[in-house]
Amino acid sequence: MIKSLHARHHQLAQQEKQVEFLNNGVFREGKLPRFQQRLQAAGLFPLRPSTLEILQVNIGYMCNQVCKHCHVDAGPDRKEIMTRDTMQQCLDVMETTKIRTLDITGGAPEMNPDFRWFVTEAKGRGVEEIIVRSNLTILLANPKYHDLPKFFREHQVRVCSSLPFYNADKTNRQRGEGVFETSIKALQLLNAEGYGKESSGLVLDLVYNPTGAFLPGDQFQLQRDFKKELREHFAIEFNNLFTITNIPISRFLDFLIESGNYEEYMEKLVTAFNPSAAQGVMCRNTISVDWQGNLYDCDFNQMLGLKTTQTSGQHISTFDLQKLAQREIVVSQHCFACTAGAGSSCQGVTA
Amino acid sequence: MESTYYNPADLKKFGNIAEWDKNLAAKFFDYYGEVFKEGDLTAREKSLIALAVAHTVQCPYCIDAYTTDSLEKGATEKGMMEAIHVAAAIRGGASLVHGVMMMNKAKKLSM
Repeated sequence: MIKSLHARHHQLAQQEKQVEFLNNGVFREGKLPRFQQRLQAAGLFPLRPSTLEILQVNIGYMCNQVCKHCHVDAGPDRKEIMTRDTMQQCLDVMETTKIRTLDITGGAPEMNPDFRWFVTEAKGRGVEEIIVRSNLTILLANPKYHDLPKFFREHQVRVCSSLPFYNADKTNRQRGEGVFETSIKALQLLNAEGYGKESSGLVLDLVYNPTGAFLPGDQFQLQRDFKKELREHFAIEFNNLFTITNIPISRFLDFLIESGNYEEYMEKLVTAFNPSAAQGVMCRNTISVDWQGNLYDCDFNQMLGLKTTQTSGQHISTFDLQKLAQREIVVSQHCFACTAGAGSSCQGVTA
Repeated sequence: MESTYYNPADLKKFGNIAEWDKNLAAKFFDYYGEVFKEGDLTAREKSLIALAVAHTVQCPYCIDAYTTDSLEKGATEKGMMEAIHVAAAIRGGASLVHGVMMMNKAKKLSM
């Protein structure tokens, strides 16, 4: 298993180094326009929020996998973990603001010892929709996780899982040896609980991301391929496939630089800038919370340490819906990934 | 002439052919766009055909473009290699099937 950048003391493990890198090179030299300039030209700068619908809470960077493209730089060696107190603050916010969706992510969020408590409390407090971003293999990683599919069903959790491809070769190259085989078993367990089955009301979504320095294809066509292949070969059913563009930060940025693809990839993203995709970016209806309770415009900004603007409040303990609604969303060059082509978000295409 | 016949950067300038004939370029690019839309064939199948043809006409620009495009459309590397073998088989077969012509002629000429 490869190690996280963090464990390797890699310079890209430092948030400020990444931000610096994204501001330099082709962007400083003026070979490519900055994201802000593109937004200005499209009449979208400063980028403002729409209605806040999703609180995406990252409850820890620990993970049983070390995927090559991970924007979190997650792995078994990451110890950052959200406490129950901070979860409590998130739940208070959910309750008072009536935000529709609680989106729980990580790392592998299931590895947080208070994960089940968090989900149960959220359900008890009447949160309308709870999403868990599960990497699938965690469900089989240890006997203590084996009943999670049942737990998800009992709490009507919407499960959203990464599966970059419907064969072992591409999946394992990105996510690690044996990940595909275990993911298939986990999907079958979720299906057995009723997930992904029509009229069960239990939603199982898959997330596709390219296994390299290229853009995702058409979401609908890929969904059709995935459904056909997974059904024929493994009798697996699921609801939606969301395509996500790889964001040039953290381990994917490291891959781009090491493989000599960085400039070409950025040019591709910039060239594919789509104003209507930009209008639908997820930072407009989402707030991201880190393990310490800090607020960000998205999970990617979280990894770069780019908090929400100071005037809008930067911590869950001072969460103010009005102030956040008036904020300017913090952008940098990595944002080009969310606005390329049909757009990209945790809910798939945006255009 | 440039110092090399092919420059990867020129691929991105394909649209520049409109500079010297806007009308024909527009017709061509419209047609091109239509051709690659999903029809009875999926966009991925069309991309793989394009990749195979790219190797037959040995166009570096097309190989560059349709390698990326095939990956984006969800083709596997094995599938891409299979497509090229189809091109190679037809190419090889096209030579060899003319062997019948050669044989016919040789047989006619020989005692």
